[in-house]
Amino acid sequence: MQTKRTIFPNKLLPYALLAPQLAVTLIFFIWPAAQAVKSSFEREDPFGFRTTFIWFENYTRLFSEPGYLNSLTKTAIFAVSVTLLSMSLALLLAVAVNRVLKSNRTYTTLLVWPYAVAPVVVGILWWFMFNPTIGIAPYMLRGLGIDWNHRVDGNQAMILVVIAASWKQISYNFLFFVAGLQSVPQSLNEAAAIDGAGPFKRFWTIVFPLLSPTTFFLLIVNINYAMFDTFGLIDATTNGGPNQATNILVYKVYADGFLGLNIGSSAAQSVVLMLIVIALTAIQFRYIERRVQY
Amino acid sequence: MFKNALFLSAGLAAMMTATPGFAQTEIAWWHAMDAELGQRLEAIALGFNDSQDDFVVVPSYKGTYPETLTAAIAAFRANEQPAIVQVFEVGTGTMMAAEGAVNPVYKLMADNGEPWDPSAFLAPVTGYYSDTDGNILSMPFNSSTPIMYYNKDVFEAAGLDPEMPPKTWAELETMSRQIMESGAAPCGFTSGWISWVQLENLSAIHDQPYGTMENGFGGLGTEFTFNGPVQVKHWENLKNWADEGLFEYGGPVGGGDAPPKFYSQECAIYMNSSASRAGVINNSGDFEVGFAPLPYYDDEIDEPKNSIIGGATLWALNGKDPAVYEGVAQFFTYLSSPEVQAEWHQATGYLPITNAAYELGKEQSYYEANPGSEIAINQITRGTPSANSKGLRFGNLTQARTVVDEEFEALLSGSKTAQEALDAAVERGNQILRDFEAANS
Amino acid sequence: MVENRPWLSFLTHLVLIVGVVVVVFPVYLAFIASTHGSGDFMRGLVPLLPGPHMLENYGRMLTQGISTAGAPPVSIMLMNSTIIAIVIAVGKIAISLLSAYAIVFFKFPFRLLAFWIIFITLMLPVEVRIIPTFAVVANLGLLNSYVGLTLPLIASATATFLFRQFFLTVPDELMEAARVDGAGPMKFFRDILLPLSRTNIAALFVILFIYGWVQYLWPLLVTTDSRYYTVVMGIKRLAATADSEPLWNLVMASVILAMLPPVLVVIFMQRLFVKGLVDTEK
Repeated sequence: MQTKRTIFPNKLLPYALLAPQLAVTLIFFIWPAAQAVKSSFEREDPFGFRTTFIWFENYTRLFSEPGYLNSLTKTAIFAVSVTLLSMSLALLLAVAVNRVLKSNRTYTTLLVWPYAVAPVVVGILWWFMFNPTIGIAPYMLRGLGIDWNHRVDGNQAMILVVIAASWKQISYNFLFFVAGLQSVPQSLNEAAAIDGAGPFKRFWTIVFPLLSPTTFFLLIVNINYAMFDTFGLIDATTNGGPNQATNILVYKVYADGFLGLNIGSSAAQSVVLMLIVIALTAIQFRYIERRVQY
Repeated sequence: MFKNALFLSAGLAAMMTATPGFAQTEIAWWHAMDAELGQRLEAIALGFNDSQDDFVVVPSYKGTYPETLTAAIAAFRANEQPAIVQVFEVGTGTMMAAEGAVNPVYKLMADNGEPWDPSAFLAPVTGYYSDTDGNILSMPFNSSTPIMYYNKDVFEAAGLDPEMPPKTWAELETMSRQIMESGAAPCGFTSGWISWVQLENLSAIHDQPYGTMENGFGGLGTEFTFNGPVQVKHWENLKNWADEGLFEYGGPVGGGDAPPKFYSQECAIYMNSSASRAGVINNSGDFEVGFAPLPYYDDEIDEPKNSIIGGATLWALNGKDPAVYEGVAQFFTYLSSPEVQAEWHQATGYLPITNAAYELGKEQSYYEANPGSEIAINQITRGTPSANSKGLRFGNLTQARTVVDEEFEALLSGSKTAQEALDAAVERGNQILRDFEAANS
Repeated sequence: MVENRPWLSFLTHLVLIVGVVVVVFPVYLAFIASTHGSGDFMRGLVPLLPGPHMLENYGRMLTQGISTAGAPPVSIMLMNSTIIAIVIAVGKIAISLLSAYAIVFFKFPFRLLAFWIIFITLMLPVEVRIIPTFAVVANLGLLNSYVGLTLPLIASATATFLFRQFFLTVPDELMEAARVDGAGPMKFFRDILLPLSRTNIAALFVILFIYGWVQYLWPLLVTTDSRYYTVVMGIKRLAATADSEPLWNLVMASVILAMLPPVLVVIFMQRLFVKGLVDTEK
């Protein structure tokens, strides 16, 4: 790992400097994670009076439980849909802003602020719009002959949370696409134009391939976002329902552990989630390292 | 940094908790009563606080019933539990099994020299909340039972007699259809608490067992049996009515979407707790409300059994100072006094939990002056209770209810038939019961 | 712009305008709802134009809240959110500056191990270790305290990496000069490195302030005392009132109040915000 060529000779000072960060990490990250691993092998009553060691029963139960397999599927559908929807809309908007010379700062400002809206608040905003009784969206959809009721229809509930989650994430993707587009050399574009390539063709053959590092990076970030940062959004809109149609993994950990008081199963789910995050982070890190070496 | 932050926050916390005045013992009371009910509940706490100088009851709203229960359990594990927590009837099994966590009310009252007479309570109340030895472990507070509310104006507009609400499900079906077809309202009926109203109470009223071993009163080895023919038939009907538009689903757990459907006159009939009365009266400014017992299937039972209790009791949790329990005992005495109970009952629609409060209401001619207010009491005390209508006692029933909600949603979305949905709910529910048994024995 | 095609410019602006409308509309609707009386929602459809109750609704929420929905006055919750967001941002920056400094400017046994321990925090978001973390915080007696709300969140691998990257670009000559002048490591850190990092710190602060502000699950778990509620979690309480109609106008007034501070930060510090966002992800 890199350091400076010249360094300070102190022996104890670096430990003192690291101490706060390491203390917080050990107490609030590593230790609880270890506890989660331990609890995943145990059965416990809700009040914590009796604990039994049960080996892998929580895990075997988990993977034979239709609800968990359902949750895995729903998480995959949710993550992929959010990623595709928010990235494609963001790319469209980024390309548009990149073409505009004068007013692009105004547009950018108007498009990026949802980044600062808490996911749970996003959930409430969209829940309000789609409320089956008073919401404006079901009212307009009824005009189009669509009977909207995400309380009953699992697919509609999924559509609702995908739209809400994408709405928030567009701002983020947009900024990165704009940055990516600005680094595309203008000369390439001009050369192609002289060769007679139209704007759409130029985009797909020249610009989009050059954006691929950004696109790949955003893919990972968006999957991560959809899987872990959308807890509040689900909690405010569907509570994982109807009939678990939007019960994504991170919500299920909470629901089974804190609401269902099934601590062993919740811990086993935590461990599985940790493995998923580790895999995602490993992919992301490999990519980042490569880019840093450029 | 670390130290400074600790110090700073300790200082802030001290500043915020130090209330001026003399040392009163604080009694935290976690509850799940929102809106109108919450205001009434806060008024009771205030009344107690004004009546003496030694204790302050501090109510705090902790969300829905399930949320309040789980918050209290989590807090107990963290040693941050309140002195009193309001737990709904389905949490009773869970709480009773947690002996170390609970300070039983009969003992609490005796320890602190407060009067305690179980026979003062209405019979269905004592029946539901006694343990196998006949002791009441938690303080009955708000008990309700589901009834039917209907919009008299819509009935009239549909050409129905506003004073003749449907008695049976068959009548309810025809009337709903007439309401829809006449254009008086776009929907016939909606319901809160599907699990409680359309399954648990349905079973009790039609004398069908909900589970083995006397609906779980007999022990932890009980299994669910609510997939019998009557329940299947009813759920099948609900599905067909939903498809036709006669019935609109109000969402899982309490069914938060149901009340606005009734208030906005979208649905003409609304089934929910008798304690929704306060909210209904408050939100029905534009139309006249009627009250009626829940409908039943007259081809299944001639004389419908009593409905069962819902609502909640107050549990005193262990781990507090003796002084706190002294205050809790005094507060419980205050709470169950006929005046407080009668006022609570009359304002909210909860049952009068003591005979004295019921008598007081009669003396005040409350029931004559407020037609419909006695329906819940009559419905819950009618006939002779059978083993199937005495109540329910299942561990983890909260989770089992979630399963019922989910399977009901599967039925509505068309992915399962009524029989399949109820079979699945029984199977998944039994797994939950087995988990509870395993964790508590 | 390579060539001038009017229809393409028109399309470009159309796309952008539609995009802006889609982005703004939900919030517009929330704002409209927050200006009406509570009865206005019973008639089936949400109004689309402002009503006359704006000051009343906002005033009520700021000063009273709705105690029967478990929501203290929004002003208290806004205060808590501000405190918490600032403490988290400052805390993260402080401990990350120190650890990055140690990792880059010193050589010591277990340096690599320390780096990896910090790195691991990236892999353990709070959502996946809810219950045990809650238990640790509870055992330390930190429930219902500002420490409990902030301390567990201030470890930061991202901020440490950012400062590490930046420190690596600081010319070695600066440090050699400082050593010739007889400056010790802390003096060098304070007088040279910190001033150089100013822009980075500011940009990071913007991002981390937002991060702290939008926390939901953690405050939900560790606070049972409404004096410590943050505005983001308090709103959910309000919106979830079952068994009765949520008071849409009041809920939406709180929603607007809860969104405003971080959104204003993004709008008015856009340059720092963009820099912070792009930097932290590199």
